[in-house]
Amino acid sequence: MTARLRWRKLVSGFMLTMTGVCALVAVSVLFFILGYLVYNGGTSINWDFFTKLPTPVGEAGGGMANAIVGSAKLLLLASLFGVPIGFFGGIYLAEFSGQKVAFVVRYAADLLNGVPSIVIGIFAYALAVLPFKHFSTLAGAFALGLMMIPITLRNTEEFLLGVPRNLREGSMALGAGKWTTIVRVVVPAAYRGIMTAILLALARVAGETAPLLFTAFGNRFWSPGLNQPTASLPVVIYNYAISPYDDWHRQAWAAGLVLLGLILMVNIIARVILSRGVAVPRS
Amino acid sequence: MATSSINVPNAGPVAGSRSFLSRLRDGDEIARVVTFLFAASVVLISLLLVVELWMQSTLPRHKFGFSFFLTRVWDPIAEQFGALPFIYGTLVTAAVALLIAVPLGIGAAIFLAELAPQKLSDPLQFFIDLLAAVPSVIYGLLGVFFVIPIMRQWVQPALKSTLGFLPLFQGPAYGIGFLTAGVVLAIMVIPYIISVSREVLLSVPRDQREAALALGSTRWESTWKVVVPFARTGIMGSIFLALARALGETMAVTMVIGNTPTISASLFSPGYSIAAVIANEFTEATGDLYLGALIELGLVLFLLTFILNGLARLMMLLTTQRGSGTAQA
Amino acid sequence: MQASARPELSVNLRPTGIANTSRETVAPSSMRMNISKVNFFYGTKQTLFDINMGIATNHVTALIGPSGCGKSTLLRTFNRMHETVRNARLEGEILLDGQNILSQDVTQLRRRVGMVFQRPNPFPKSIFENVAYGPKINGANAPIAEIVEKSLRRAALWDEVKDHLHKSAYELSGGQQQRLCIARGLAVEPEVLLLDEPCSALDPISTAKIEELLVQLKDSCTIAIVTHNMQQAARVSDYTAFLLVGQLVEFNPTPQLFTTPTDPRTEAYITGRFG
Repeated sequence: MTARLRWRKLVSGFMLTMTGVCALVAVSVLFFILGYLVYNGGTSINWDFFTKLPTPVGEAGGGMANAIVGSAKLLLLASLFGVPIGFFGGIYLAEFSGQKVAFVVRYAADLLNGVPSIVIGIFAYALAVLPFKHFSTLAGAFALGLMMIPITLRNTEEFLLGVPRNLREGSMALGAGKWTTIVRVVVPAAYRGIMTAILLALARVAGETAPLLFTAFGNRFWSPGLNQPTASLPVVIYNYAISPYDDWHRQAWAAGLVLLGLILMVNIIARVILSRGVAVPRS
Repeated sequence: MATSSINVPNAGPVAGSRSFLSRLRDGDEIARVVTFLFAASVVLISLLLVVELWMQSTLPRHKFGFSFFLTRVWDPIAEQFGALPFIYGTLVTAAVALLIAVPLGIGAAIFLAELAPQKLSDPLQFFIDLLAAVPSVIYGLLGVFFVIPIMRQWVQPALKSTLGFLPLFQGPAYGIGFLTAGVVLAIMVIPYIISVSREVLLSVPRDQREAALALGSTRWESTWKVVVPFARTGIMGSIFLALARALGETMAVTMVIGNTPTISASLFSPGYSIAAVIANEFTEATGDLYLGALIELGLVLFLLTFILNGLARLMMLLTTQRGSGTAQA
Repeated sequence: MQASARPELSVNLRPTGIANTSRETVAPSSMRMNISKVNFFYGTKQTLFDINMGIATNHVTALIGPSGCGKSTLLRTFNRMHETVRNARLEGEILLDGQNILSQDVTQLRRRVGMVFQRPNPFPKSIFENVAYGPKINGANAPIAEIVEKSLRRAALWDEVKDHLHKSAYELSGGQQQRLCIARGLAVEPEVLLLDEPCSALDPISTAKIEELLVQLKDSCTIAIVTHNMQQAARVSDYTAFLLVGQLVEFNPTPQLFTTPTDPRTEAYITGRFG
């Protein structure tokens, strides 16, 4: 073996090992984040955390009950707004539309998907806060719902298109109309994929902070109804993390752990369900 | 045997199609219209977004015009608004992020696509996908309590003592600033580079690599000189995608960048990004000009990410054409 | 077994217009490669059974047989390309100039035993860069431009591309791309060139050009070619090996195998009773 060949083989082995190191580093970040959160926040997850309201500024103790409920409300409302638009829009694209309309709608959805979440917040502010002159849960839900639309729409379309033709034809050959076929045959066949896509969309917006900063804003107390500003987990984490109080830092870690834990769980469940037969939806 | 309709005076112009009445009765026409409205609303919403951004920023656009982009001064009290510090901060942090994330990300993608057996590659990719699902504020949390102290105590002093002759690494090092924000951003965008690049690399036809090996290449040579160049358009696309993400990133950046509208050659200096200033000052903005200026910044951010995402999509389109083997190199 | 029953064998035993100088009825004494007791496995499934044959120096050896008989698998063991597949396992001995290729460094081996694939697969680079790739990484003892020109001439492509060397390889037609791949393979000056059904994706004119090329090349190179086209094997090769379900049924000089095959299965195949 010549010296040149020996050198080339050395370089090859070295570079390939380095790529393995890169992959290792990337993957270990995930476990590091989880571990760090567990280490710093694990002990602070107690009954108080889930049931108490925040205490006055500077006082130790208290919990995040209002933020947890607030996040839940926001997500529920966001789904009620974003999912139908995405779902039915996806049905239109997959079942009814022509090429040109489909292109335009997809383009608009991709555009919406690529908008930074802070700009979505500005948009929601302009539409849902300015005219009413106050922050509200509705405005926050509007912002989050907007972000759910593209994911739901693209995935609904994709999974519906993935249903084999002969299923539709079988139904129509029995005399069922198009809509009946869609409702009774096509959608149920694509059900799993669409459900998990919605779950993934939810998991994505559950962690969003920026669009809530000037729509739902925040609240140190309960937020009854839909028209008042509301606390949410991500915003509280943010505020507590940048505050000077150690107790708030402790609570931020706990909240971070809870939030990340839920998001990861939903992601894992969704992907595992899907991997049994259908491809993973794009996000 | 079911019939499609009961009374059909004329069967319609095309043999086999159902009459309007029967379609209507089955709800097909209504369904088409209703679902169309939902789909159209998506288009409407995105149009409205652009319109709102444009209209709400009218005041500062008329007042400052193009000088908005060249002014360094951001003084709400004197009502002087210049976007330069934020554009600078956004670009610098994105550049730092890419410098770190691109080699790491492409390296990891090469490992996952070329070297790892599928039984290893798929689970690893699963974890990378989970990493992409971690919310920004969590990265911010880690940034504040983990990255900043490490930068302040170890990394920045080390850089200062070894490379301190460069203006990049001069000045007081508090742990916050452009470099820290860039590092945190890098961690956030790596999963995107890995996922997309891995997919593109996996789609390179086998016989490209085999041809290289058959000519006596080492494994690295066949990967680096043949497979990766074949996939280069798609990899570029992944980088554009990552860049678009980095530009729009808000929470993690604002928690570590220092939030000071400064333009400085030093990476240790605190700074500001477009997304961060909007996040911080939006609710405190007094006066329409102030708010309008922030919204105009939002418009700038939107345009930047819009162009980048468009370019990324174009590249992905070109990649799939290449894969069929007969497209231009 | 009358001549009239096999009319196809009496035509095109020689490539058109080329003097058939090197056909011999007796095997020459020099075999560039020797294959003995080769068994091949994909995981637990065995696909090649006790193969024993040789590749004659400066001659063309063809491997023929129906789909799935293992001829491509066998060819790919000659430059150890089977190692790119995880579960592939080779037993037996393959010698190149008397040395076992399995104990040599594989990168070095592949420089000496080159390969051209079924579908043209030029790199996404210019014509020049494609041919220059091999010499550049392996080190060249002549200026690269010279090597590129020489290789393109040997592949009968030079005149068509000499003014367009820096254009993308993808701008060439299918037949030209395949000749480019041959040039690329020749650029590292291999001792043996393996071709795996090189013309199956090409039109008849390109196929004829490449067949002409192969006959010319063998003076400077040893050639082994897999083909599913029997007439091509008869036109181009000096020795033919017939494989059937992973076994080497017959290995003989081409004229002999096609006119008086020793094994009834060979005869059945070449008369088209199956295949």
